[in-house]
Amino acid sequence: MSAKIDAIRQIARRLLSEGKVDMVIGFQKGTLPMMNEPCFVRKAEEADRLVWDSHCGINLANYVTDRKERIAVVAKGCDSRNLVNHVIENKIKREKLHIIGVCCDGMLDKRLIAQRSQTEAQAEVDAVEEKDGVVSVKAGALLWQAPRAELLQDNCKRCRHRNPVLYDELVGEPVAEKPEDDYEDVKRIEAMSPDEKWAHFEDMLSTCIRCYACRNACPLCYCPTCFVDESRPQWVGKSQDPIDIRTFHFLRAYHCAGRCTDCGSCERACPMGIPVRQFTRKLNKDCEELYGWQAGLSLDQRPALDTYNPNDPNDFIR
Amino acid sequence: MKVIRISKTEWQGGLDKARTGYGLYGPVKEGQDDHAFRPLAPGEFPDMSYKNSKMSPKELVHPQSEPMFQYNLNPADPDHDIMREIAKDATAKAVIGIRPCDADAFLLVKRNFDTPIYRDPYWVTAFESFTKIGFACNQACSATAFCTSAGSGPFHDAGLDVLLVDTGESYLAKVVTDKGQHFLDVCGFSAPAADAASQIESLQKKAESTIASSVNTDKLKDQVTTELYDAPFWEEISFACINCGTCTFSCPTCWCFDIQDETKGKQGVRMRNWDSCMYPLFTLHGSGHNPRGTKVHRVRQRFMHKLKYYVDKYQDGIQCVGCGRCIRLCPVNIDIRKVCNMMNGYTACSCAVS
Repeated sequence: MSAKIDAIRQIARRLLSEGKVDMVIGFQKGTLPMMNEPCFVRKAEEADRLVWDSHCGINLANYVTDRKERIAVVAKGCDSRNLVNHVIENKIKREKLHIIGVCCDGMLDKRLIAQRSQTEAQAEVDAVEEKDGVVSVKAGALLWQAPRAELLQDNCKRCRHRNPVLYDELVGEPVAEKPEDDYEDVKRIEAMSPDEKWAHFEDMLSTCIRCYACRNACPLCYCPTCFVDESRPQWVGKSQDPIDIRTFHFLRAYHCAGRCTDCGSCERACPMGIPVRQFTRKLNKDCEELYGWQAGLSLDQRPALDTYNPNDPNDFIR
Repeated sequence: MKVIRISKTEWQGGLDKARTGYGLYGPVKEGQDDHAFRPLAPGEFPDMSYKNSKMSPKELVHPQSEPMFQYNLNPADPDHDIMREIAKDATAKAVIGIRPCDADAFLLVKRNFDTPIYRDPYWVTAFESFTKIGFACNQACSATAFCTSAGSGPFHDAGLDVLLVDTGESYLAKVVTDKGQHFLDVCGFSAPAADAASQIESLQKKAESTIASSVNTDKLKDQVTTELYDAPFWEEISFACINCGTCTFSCPTCWCFDIQDETKGKQGVRMRNWDSCMYPLFTLHGSGHNPRGTKVHRVRQRFMHKLKYYVDKYQDGIQCVGCGRCIRLCPVNIDIRKVCNMMNGYTACSCAVS
């Protein structure tokens, strides 16, 4: 990991001292275990603040939206796909971006590690270390270990695009990609009866506090006024009414159809641990099956729901 | 200081007796890794093994969505076009197992809802209906807790009616108010604990020594508000913020709300919902102008309110009890301890300003 940190710092220092960019967006070390904080660096001498490890789960494409500076941004596979989205959707100009692509091994699931530490050690996580594919977690008086692959975020376990799809320079050696997604998780829900599905989602959303962290952590959510914040007219009630909460989640997911890269930021950000990717995963599966489409892979293709093709599956359009 | 010893074998029986006079509330397990304060059904008891709840118990007094009035748009109805106040439940309730920081938070909020000039009837009615049976923390609930430097502490009893201290085989119940004494009487807990004071003191010392984290607040009062407001660090502090409301919703001392009418068919309610300074509608004027229109404005508002405006207005510490929830739950690791120390230690540059 430290080799990647060195490379990122070196690139940032060079770009800033040569005046190629006004700012570098990356991660700095957080104040808690398993947390890094998105940050910017404007001066070459501050480049050493930048870090890289298995706790850089938040999608940095979220931080370039509509910015006017010339920006270098650190991007793992999913971040790079969202940068492609941003360019296609005119939220940032390609020539303003210098993408420091990082070949990604997947991010660790902080919630899973915290829960396991509580169960096994009755304690909070004090420190997490990795060596040769094994994660060692220090929690209180105990040290527990597990293979890294077991502790990855769910989206990282399923990820098919760990290597950046768009970049100006690359950090690390390209990693092997997983060939396909079995969508086993989505199929499990699809197999439920309508009543079971309703009960499932009702239960799943019962702890939602409507903080909107899922929406705000998502690089796709950049409308100047979100439909839930619109007050003239007001589309959705603002209380804890379960129907309004469901409306928010369902619409949020639909808004991401054909655009979501399954970066997992929404799920990672949710303070209540709600698996909100279940909604967007279903739409990703539909897009793939109906249109052969995965979001953010190429600057040259319009998104699935943004274009018409005579071979589109629906009859009504013919 | 009067202290009563409650053996754990008589604990549940006593609470069952209390149900005759009180609606009981307490921490119950929710989901995989959370506790929440809920009404306790008959036969249900507070989970006293909990460390802390993700969401604070402020919602007991100040619910996230609270109907205030109801109205009716049906011309055939005798109540047509009349706004009727919705009766508030003022019956006696007791919340068992509330942590000292959360109880102290109610007192900080009370300054805003129960003043000589304004008295918020909804908040005050709910607040006064509760007897608060606190539960001292024998150790820090988390590495992010900094209660001892934020005006509270693991054995702090301000805002409580009784403070329970867990000694293993029994609870020592420190009686703080008459309301608390009454609750213990209804439960039938009356065994005096003669030598309890020293035992509580030593447990308290031990507990306080486990609070590893702290903030500096000594200079906040003397900082010049406008200089802090113009300090150069706000862009850096706010950069990572995604403007979700997690910090404010989980905070036991955040009190902002927004009033809404919601009509369905011919029936409607006027309710108030928690608002958050992180949200775009917060302080949006009817003209369309918003004095806190950007992320930097909003993040600064949150920290200035808690750590400077409140300090200036009430001259009695910060609007924060150091529970650490906002730090633990922030999706992008914005840490109020770091910000507090930056604000406290800030020195405005005396050199020429370009």
